[in-house]
Amino acid sequence: MHDAVVAISKSWGLFYLLALSAGVVIYAYWPSNRAGFDRAKSSILDKDDKPWM
Amino acid sequence: MTKLTVTERQIGLIICLVVAAIGLAMAAAGRGEPFGVQGFTVLLLALALSGFIIARWDAPPPDRSLLEHYYDDPTKVGIVLTMFWAVIAMFVGVWVAALLAWPELTFDAAWASFGRLRPVHTSGVIFGFGGNALIATSFHVLQRTSRARLPDQLSPWFVLIGYNLFCIVAASGYLLGITQSKEYAEPEWYADLWLVIVWIVYFLIFVRTLARRKEPHIYVANWYYMAFILVVAILHIVNNLAVPISFGSAKSYSAFSGVQDAMTQWWYGHNAVAFFLTSGFLGMMYYYLPKRAGRPIFSYPLSLISFWGITFMYMWAGSHHLHYTALPQWVQTLGMTFSLVLLVPSWASAGNALATLNGAWHKVRDDATLRFMMVAAVFYGLSTFEGSFMAIRAVNSVSHYTDWTIGHVHGGALGWVAMITFGSIYALVPWMWKRPAIYSPKLVEVHFWLALSGTIVYVFSMWNSGIIQGLMWRTYNENGTLAYSFLDTVEAMHPYYIARTFGGLLFLLGAIVGTYNVLMTIRQARLERGVEAGGEVDLPLGRPAALPGE
Repeated sequence: MHDAVVAISKSWGLFYLLALSAGVVIYAYWPSNRAGFDRAKSSILDKDDKPWM
Repeated sequence: MTKLTVTERQIGLIICLVVAAIGLAMAAAGRGEPFGVQGFTVLLLALALSGFIIARWDAPPPDRSLLEHYYDDPTKVGIVLTMFWAVIAMFVGVWVAALLAWPELTFDAAWASFGRLRPVHTSGVIFGFGGNALIATSFHVLQRTSRARLPDQLSPWFVLIGYNLFCIVAASGYLLGITQSKEYAEPEWYADLWLVIVWIVYFLIFVRTLARRKEPHIYVANWYYMAFILVVAILHIVNNLAVPISFGSAKSYSAFSGVQDAMTQWWYGHNAVAFFLTSGFLGMMYYYLPKRAGRPIFSYPLSLISFWGITFMYMWAGSHHLHYTALPQWVQTLGMTFSLVLLVPSWASAGNALATLNGAWHKVRDDATLRFMMVAAVFYGLSTFEGSFMAIRAVNSVSHYTDWTIGHVHGGALGWVAMITFGSIYALVPWMWKRPAIYSPKLVEVHFWLALSGTIVYVFSMWNSGIIQGLMWRTYNENGTLAYSFLDTVEAMHPYYIARTFGGLLFLLGAIVGTYNVLMTIRQARLERGVEAGGEVDLPLGRPAALPGE
């Protein structure tokens, strides 16, 4: 059991984290996501202080 | 309280009575023992709160128009509690620092010994000060970024008050000698179980508010706050798995033993730093820093990369606390490697914060509140670099078990966590109490310089002390035996311990000035409201708005 876990973490663990990192970078810089992100970062600066109904 | 619906008041009272009954049972089962004192503490606090609810029982039910506003009362009370915990816990911190320089300050009293006071300091600053700040700001940020009001009015109070009950039971327990001897997880099984309940309700508030959100995108600060809540729950539950010797006793035995126990503890310990002291406070930074600077965050994609990087990499770094121990070598190397990789997301966040200020440096110069946040980002960058460096096995052979570690921790805790908290609170207090500005911007300036000089004095004295200590421990003479006895190293530390106490004292003074400033802002707001209403102004200065639902 212990040996199996060690083997998996030493081999697939690496690829899992590499894939994850690549996935995150692709998601963060995917061109069509850009407009949404730009809106998200500026919308917190709005002055209105009431919930939207 | 008057904003709570009748049903919420009823449920609140039932919860208080159930908790009081549990306290009574603990007091009875543990009579004559410290466990009984803990029971009485719970009983008294629960009864006091019940009385508070009953006294306002007949207040008219709230108007529906309340729902058109955000619900900020728990945040307000949370801010005041944050400042109170800061003063108490930092005072105990200065005391334990002084104890190391002048051991007679323990006054021959068991409760005032170093071993009991030190966890009061660490839990007080991390959970009391840091935790209350996170709860208070998270409710504020969550509502603003979701454009939705909290889902109900009882559960935020349950989280805030329940959490503070945990902190009080924990801290008073340490003084009585109750501890399970796990660093940063000292509270015993019953306090741990209570925290699990509080924490689940906390997470549900987040999920329920997000489910009602009107803004489709979930802002990055919420991701950080949610990672903080979720991962702290996992860490807390696993590390505290234990079997009490009976339901009438404080004592329990851990489910783990030996090196597994050590690894579980430091998986918890390091991720407490990661998710309690980093992730949550990054959530704070990603909201209040752009808000205060009036500029959107420099790069939103970078903030997402930092988030996922921190969330997935930090998990594996804990084993760097166990270099040169019985832990398998490859696990140590794993922890070291991940600690180095972590520099990427850490510096991405620090750089992102500083780049946001590009074009607003004149505001940083003029506005001490924004400067608090800027310095916090700098210290975040510095201490994450230092942390990665110290995780390297060869560096660790010098730094481990020395005061360098204490210096590193305080660079992070004072320079990063406390600075970003104070900055955020100074930004938040005028918004919450509807004031154009804080009571005294000059005092914010005073606080800033006290905090910064205190941090620098503290960190430099511990760096000196730690490196000397580490080198003395490994100096051999020509016969191949150790050149210095342990006592020699203790004597060499003495001047640095005095300097450290002084640095801590400066930081404490800053926190006291800050508390005064916050309370005076609240007082001003109340005076003004009193004048507007044409009514009598009734505000005893010694009793700030620390009561729920006012």
